[in-house]
Amino acid sequence: MLAHLPVLQVIVPLLAAPSCIILRRPGWVWLFALLVSGSAFLISIALLQQVADAGVVVYELGGWEAPWGIEYRIDILNAFLALIITGISTIVLLAAHTSIQEEIPEDRHTLFYVLYLLSLAGMLGIVTTGDAFNVFVFLEISSLSAYSLIALGRDRRALWASYQYLIMGSIGATFILIGIGLMYQMTGTLNMEDLSRRLPEVAQTRTVFTAFAFLIVGICLKLALFPLHLWLPNAYAYAPSIVTTFLAATATKVALYMLIRFTYSVFGGSFSFTTLPLQTLFVVLGLLGVLIASITAIYQKNIKHLFAYSSVAQIGYMIVGYSISTTAGLMATLLHMFNHALMKGALFLALGAVMYRVGSVQLRDFHGLGRQMPFTMAAIVAGSLSLIGVPLTVGFVSKWYLVLAAIENGWWPVAVLILLGSLLAIVYTWRIVEAAYFKVPQAGNEQVREAPLAYLIPVWMLVSANIYFGIDTRLSLQVATSAAQSLFGVGP
Amino acid sequence: MSTSLESMLQLCIILPLLATVGIVVTGRNPNLREAVTIVTGLVVFYFVIQLYYGLDRGESINVQWWQLLPGLQLSFTIEPLGMIFALIASFLWLTTTVYAIGYMRGHNEKNQTRFYAFFAIAIGSVMAIAFAGNLFTLFIFYEVLTLSTYPLVTHTGTEAAKKGGRIYLSILLSTSIVFFLLAIVGTWFIAGTLEFRANGVFEPNANTAVVGAILVLFIFGIGKAAIMPFHRWLPAAMVAPTPVSALLHAVAVVKAGVFTVLKVTALIFGIDLLRELPTTQALLYLAAATVLLASMVAMRQDNLKARLAYSTVSQLGYVTIGALLASSSGVIGGSMHIAMHAFGKITLFFCAGAILVAANKTQISQMRGLGYQMPITMAAFFVASLSIIGVPPGGGTWSKWYLLVGSMEAQQWTIMAVLLVSSLLNIAYLLPIPIRAFLPVRQNPSARFTIKEAPLASLIALCITTAGCVVLFVYPQPLYELASAILAKPEIIHAQ
Repeated sequence: MLAHLPVLQVIVPLLAAPSCIILRRPGWVWLFALLVSGSAFLISIALLQQVADAGVVVYELGGWEAPWGIEYRIDILNAFLALIITGISTIVLLAAHTSIQEEIPEDRHTLFYVLYLLSLAGMLGIVTTGDAFNVFVFLEISSLSAYSLIALGRDRRALWASYQYLIMGSIGATFILIGIGLMYQMTGTLNMEDLSRRLPEVAQTRTVFTAFAFLIVGICLKLALFPLHLWLPNAYAYAPSIVTTFLAATATKVALYMLIRFTYSVFGGSFSFTTLPLQTLFVVLGLLGVLIASITAIYQKNIKHLFAYSSVAQIGYMIVGYSISTTAGLMATLLHMFNHALMKGALFLALGAVMYRVGSVQLRDFHGLGRQMPFTMAAIVAGSLSLIGVPLTVGFVSKWYLVLAAIENGWWPVAVLILLGSLLAIVYTWRIVEAAYFKVPQAGNEQVREAPLAYLIPVWMLVSANIYFGIDTRLSLQVATSAAQSLFGVGP
Repeated sequence: MSTSLESMLQLCIILPLLATVGIVVTGRNPNLREAVTIVTGLVVFYFVIQLYYGLDRGESINVQWWQLLPGLQLSFTIEPLGMIFALIASFLWLTTTVYAIGYMRGHNEKNQTRFYAFFAIAIGSVMAIAFAGNLFTLFIFYEVLTLSTYPLVTHTGTEAAKKGGRIYLSILLSTSIVFFLLAIVGTWFIAGTLEFRANGVFEPNANTAVVGAILVLFIFGIGKAAIMPFHRWLPAAMVAPTPVSALLHAVAVVKAGVFTVLKVTALIFGIDLLRELPTTQALLYLAAATVLLASMVAMRQDNLKARLAYSTVSQLGYVTIGALLASSSGVIGGSMHIAMHAFGKITLFFCAGAILVAANKTQISQMRGLGYQMPITMAAFFVASLSIIGVPPGGGTWSKWYLLVGSMEAQQWTIMAVLLVSSLLNIAYLLPIPIRAFLPVRQNPSARFTIKEAPLASLIALCITTAGCVVLFVYPQPLYELASAILAKPEIIHAQ
């Protein structure tokens, strides 16, 4: 049983998804999905433990040896990602039953859980597989289910947002496929491990450069790296709150994982960063993303839009850390992936509570909520502080390491710009705080009550995680450090 | 014995935080709620006194909490400068609580439970700042202090409070995130440690240009020290209820700022290195400019609290000057001024609040003849003004004395001139207030004044702090001894 964990990680949610249809009763389906996601979470913990103790775990699918068969390859990076994804997914599912009552028509509840589990399975597939083509397959599974999840939104603009995402996402996926195809043409293999051995022989060919370019652009589309982020704000804003929370906390992380995996493990750091001007490109785009997206966030009236732009900015931070291309920089990025999942998970889930009670998340609907929904608003304030990077929250830990990595590399101006970015975060989050605590409720909103306890518990679980991992940083730091070290080929 | 001192140190930080819970729970019963605050205040003050005796006996008191980040531990220790700050803060918290009971009830403020709760958090973080064993710990609680005082500043919830709070938070958070944090990370990168050490943490052969730049980052980054151009938050914070202005913006918050400046200059850079840095002189002139400009602005303020706020900006400049003079008398003067100014300014704020509650006046121009109505308050105002100006019988005499000596030692004649001129300016903006209050009101000689002072609790608090100003003049030795031990090597302090 233990030996099969890598494949169970993916198979369990994948098979569970269609099984939901048999259960039919929404309450049962919810419990079932929760159980599945919870067991995926337990599997990912077990895997992380295994990897930490015994090193890389390789699983050959159907007993076919790689590179002929497909192998699942779990190292500390995959295990870390799987832990983030399943952890967030489980907590979000806790709140799902309450939230979708208001946001998704009754007859589509089962469909929602089916799509949710499919999307989860897709993401887990991407992070566990060691096969480049398999990445594409799982990417399509998770993306197609994500498009449909977004389209479930009550707002009719959700359809348009989903369509936008569909077009952009498909272009991205196609690019990735072209990249993988070209690599296959040059090396005759799809196994990542094998690719990394064979690519250096043909590294100086135009085909490999082309493959690399297609792959990077494709991934950056999925990653919503500025300026390829245009699909993201609407998709996040009009999707049901639960979907937004799940995607915001996990989907972009998975894309970033692909970027790291392909550049470091498959092509190798020296090819990606020395042969090609990836570093300059990414540091500029990352910083532009931080500043421009943060400034755009300041002017948003829809709070989901606001935090969506904030996500684009946060992706900018991760890309900056990534582009420093030192162990410290990569470690800061990995750390921020974890931390950002907690922050945005807490924030979007808390927004879901507002959506549940008020039915809208325009800034004016927040007027007076500080009194009416004290626990929800306290969660939003705590999440915002974490986003700003106040000490004793996870945001501070990320920022510390990101700034330190920049300074170690001699990039003082970059360090200043990173910190300036967090000032912009104060500006855009404090607009919500001021609206909630200094204004009187809008007409028609006087009777708003606090969200139900069943919903507040998962919200506060995420908020507590924001504080807990800001105070006890051992787990996140250790895992991020050893993952970064293993990508650079030092340490275990 | 020393173990119990160590737990006392931790309790000084934790008790106020626990009191927050008690305050919220007992919120429905105001008497019980205030009792919780006062008992906590008393206990904390008792512990600080015990710690003071422990320090005096030469015991070394260190507490290590967990490592927040590898190599960066939350740790607390007792050293003389922190002791000064902790003594003042814990004593004045107690006094302010007494005052606040009179004021908040007399003024019918709303949401008093929230007020006392955040007040307690603020004091807990002040204690943590005072006892911080390294710069990292200090920074963390510095930020907690900023955030916990935001709800106090915006207590009334009006549009003006929102605006004031916005300025308050944006300046304090921006400076600390962009400059202070960058300086700390830079120090950590260059020196590899954030411990406070008697000779500073930098290597003697460190690149003075880079270290000098880091000093600039520190001085601007410690926004709570209100060096121009980052002083605007302090006048903005005056929208808060008077007890907040009194304790936080005459003692806790601003003193946390200059305390940090002193700590950083004396124990991160070390005064020897400080003298060598190319940027010290420029920063010294900036602090001097702050002293003069803020005094001039203060003269033009008709609102009493605004005038006091600008006076605070100016007086904080004194401490920064003391720190940057890079001489031992400068550090002594600066750290003594923390205490002297705290007692003087809190009295002045108490008076301002008493005038608001009893006579409902905020503008200085309305206060003519007020001395007949509120003789005790205005007399206290007079004594405290003398202390701020730096003439007997006010404790401010001594701190200004040492600052002057320090500027002579460092041969900073311009600075010395600035200090002298500034004292004249202090006279010009402070003394007219009590003097006019006691002038006869000519327009209406027949009107009889009935004495109507502030609520008794407030009046008692006000008299205590006034007495403090005088006591510090008559009996400054303990303070001086603490101040002069700051620069001594830790071995020497703990040798006995």
